[in-house]
Amino acid sequence: MKKSVILGALTVAGLSAGAAAAGTLDDVKARGTLNCGVATGLAGFAAPDANGEWKGFDVSVCRAVAAAVLGDPSAVEFVPTTGKTRFTALASGEIDMLARNTTWTFSRDVDLKFTFVGVNYYDGQGFMVPKALGVSSAKDLDGATVCIQTGTTTELNLADFFRTNNIGYEPVPIETNAEAQQQYLAGACDVYTTDASGLAATRATFEAPGDHVLLPEIISKEPLGPLVRHGDDEWGDVVRWTLNALITAEELGVTSANVNEMSANTGNPEVARLLGTEGTLGEMLGLDADWAKRAISAQGNYGEIFAKNIGEETPIGLARGLNAQWTDGGLIYSPPFR
Amino acid sequence: MSDTHAHSVAFVRETEIPSSPPPYAATGPVKWLRENLFATPANSLLTIAALYVIWQILSGTMPWILNGIWNTSSLAECRQVLDGAVGACFSVLTERWNQLLFGFQYPSELYWRPTLALGLLFVAAAPVLFFDLPRKLLAFTAVYPFIAFWLIWGGTILTPIVAFAGVAAGAVVYQRLVTGSFAYGFFGGIIAAFIVWTVGGWIIPDGASETAMLTAVPSRDLGGFMLNMMLGVTCVTLSIPIGIALALGRQSSMPLIKVVCVVFIEFVRGVPLITLLFVASVMLAYFFPPESSLDLFLRVVIMITMFSSAYIAEVIRGGLAALPKGQYEAADSLGLDYPQAMRLIILPQALKISIPGIVNIAVGLFKDTTLVSVIGMFDIVGMIRGPILASTEWNGVYWELLGFASVLFFVVCYGISQYSQWLERRLATDHR
Repeated sequence: MKKSVILGALTVAGLSAGAAAAGTLDDVKARGTLNCGVATGLAGFAAPDANGEWKGFDVSVCRAVAAAVLGDPSAVEFVPTTGKTRFTALASGEIDMLARNTTWTFSRDVDLKFTFVGVNYYDGQGFMVPKALGVSSAKDLDGATVCIQTGTTTELNLADFFRTNNIGYEPVPIETNAEAQQQYLAGACDVYTTDASGLAATRATFEAPGDHVLLPEIISKEPLGPLVRHGDDEWGDVVRWTLNALITAEELGVTSANVNEMSANTGNPEVARLLGTEGTLGEMLGLDADWAKRAISAQGNYGEIFAKNIGEETPIGLARGLNAQWTDGGLIYSPPFR
Repeated sequence: MSDTHAHSVAFVRETEIPSSPPPYAATGPVKWLRENLFATPANSLLTIAALYVIWQILSGTMPWILNGIWNTSSLAECRQVLDGAVGACFSVLTERWNQLLFGFQYPSELYWRPTLALGLLFVAAAPVLFFDLPRKLLAFTAVYPFIAFWLIWGGTILTPIVAFAGVAAGAVVYQRLVTGSFAYGFFGGIIAAFIVWTVGGWIIPDGASETAMLTAVPSRDLGGFMLNMMLGVTCVTLSIPIGIALALGRQSSMPLIKVVCVVFIEFVRGVPLITLLFVASVMLAYFFPPESSLDLFLRVVIMITMFSSAYIAEVIRGGLAALPKGQYEAADSLGLDYPQAMRLIILPQALKISIPGIVNIAVGLFKDTTLVSVIGMFDIVGMIRGPILASTEWNGVYWELLGFASVLFFVVCYGISQYSQWLERRLATDHR
């Protein structure tokens, strides 16, 4: 009896804490900073540079949201989270949003009670082999030894792929990406498999990147995107449409360089609505009319962010591929601003 | 007579032969080699094998170390300079030196503050560690925690002053009341300290930290080896007195105290440290409203201190159990009360026996501070695994960085163990 009273009290305390955190948008505005969960360090996606300034593809999403809501892209408190602490940090309200290359899956969306607001990077599991092996397709990998991180979805994807293609392989279990890199270079395995973006980033650090090739097969879907807590749809809308604004800006040719000019005189009504010269889209979100303009001028549109952090000009060297605009045959697609 | 002899014997030596050097093989390095390295065939074989292994290790590592590059700005550039030759890229250490030591968020113009705090730490620790030094130095040790807090975190000087005033008031009240009864002194001291802290909290004006002499630095900006040192020093210092109290409590004849101590020790010892850290970083956030969460550094200090004090309590209990019963009876027969008996007779002996165990735990605890990297704090290992290896310039440098971290840890841990051996020799009053 007594125990249940204590548990009940705890539950009530938990519920009231949850209720107090309901209006995230108001909380962020009152606080003056956005608490954004990022990775503790992932090349190209989120890492502090030599001056301690956070840079990267996921970081840019945080900065765009901060620019849209607070008018200042540097008003972000970056909270580094590990793969193990990220979801509890979001659920407990320690962070307002999580932008940490997190795969959108059914159970995370439904069971863990989060809302994925969109996809900012379509990833998938790929294979890397030494050129000397002379393999051009993953289906030729019969009997190969494969370095694979244990306890991840990549392990399960790999088993599925080899079983459906009726070929055999020998797994070499390893713990971390760093260890995998060493093992692969030391020749402990013929193939290294993980997310394709990770493979490209890993290959870029090799002494002779040209001696290794990424195979064309992508064997899993890993849509990565920012997420917020369930049950605060106003805040979810702000993050979702900030991301969509960056995507739409690229589609419409609005860049950080010409955003001011475009907002002053444009013939395109959608650009006018996006940049707040026409309509009241900002007001509907609970923001002012210039919100999208600020988000775009902070770090540039989606294409600019991609090119600056992980594009082909950077050491990471990722091609747009699936992440091209839908008009260029990719999957990046934003609902209309209307 | 003598003449006959003189003729019958061809030669008689009349002076002593000058002493000649010992045979070549029985002296100097040759003798040492023969006795120590090549005494038996099996010995010789082992010597040769060992030499071969040493040669293998050195010929592998020495070119790598000696050929190291110290002044490039990225891994690619370093490899270009090496041009295929074997060599280490130590330039990651020179380029990221401050990040490794202070983390990436601590303002660079303020690095002198933690450095000064570290320097003062040696001054403050000296009278505690070396009791031949004048006892007056202990006064500085008493104020050091507050100075160090002020130097590292900055902000208004009123905070450490109020904290110190609270502790001082508690100590004074304790001194006054303890003559009556230990419990009076103990609780009176705690109440006095809390009164001072509460009143002081009202006095400190809001926003005093913004205009303070030293810029305030929030806890989440701490990082690098500084964080390991801070956690290690704070937790060891706090956990030894708590451990002593727990060990004595476990032996207490008062059932309530005994049960509380036993449950605490057994519970904390039965849980892995990493679990406690996860509770500190993740679970506690659920119990606080989002805006008023306890500082993460403080949460981690509390958890690590709890963990190590439980272990230290068990070590000290071992020391207490090793004392002959006669010591306790001798104290009683002298008419000493419990605190006096403990302070004057039992603990000095029990602690002396416990030194190796306590040092063992201190060294282990210091290394365990790297576990905080798992909960997203940027200690030295967190810095290496996170920001540095994730930067596009240095992705792929492992040996140099982790080697550097192990050198730092080795220096500190070896220092601790050497000190403890000196202490044991110094305190050796028995006749072994």
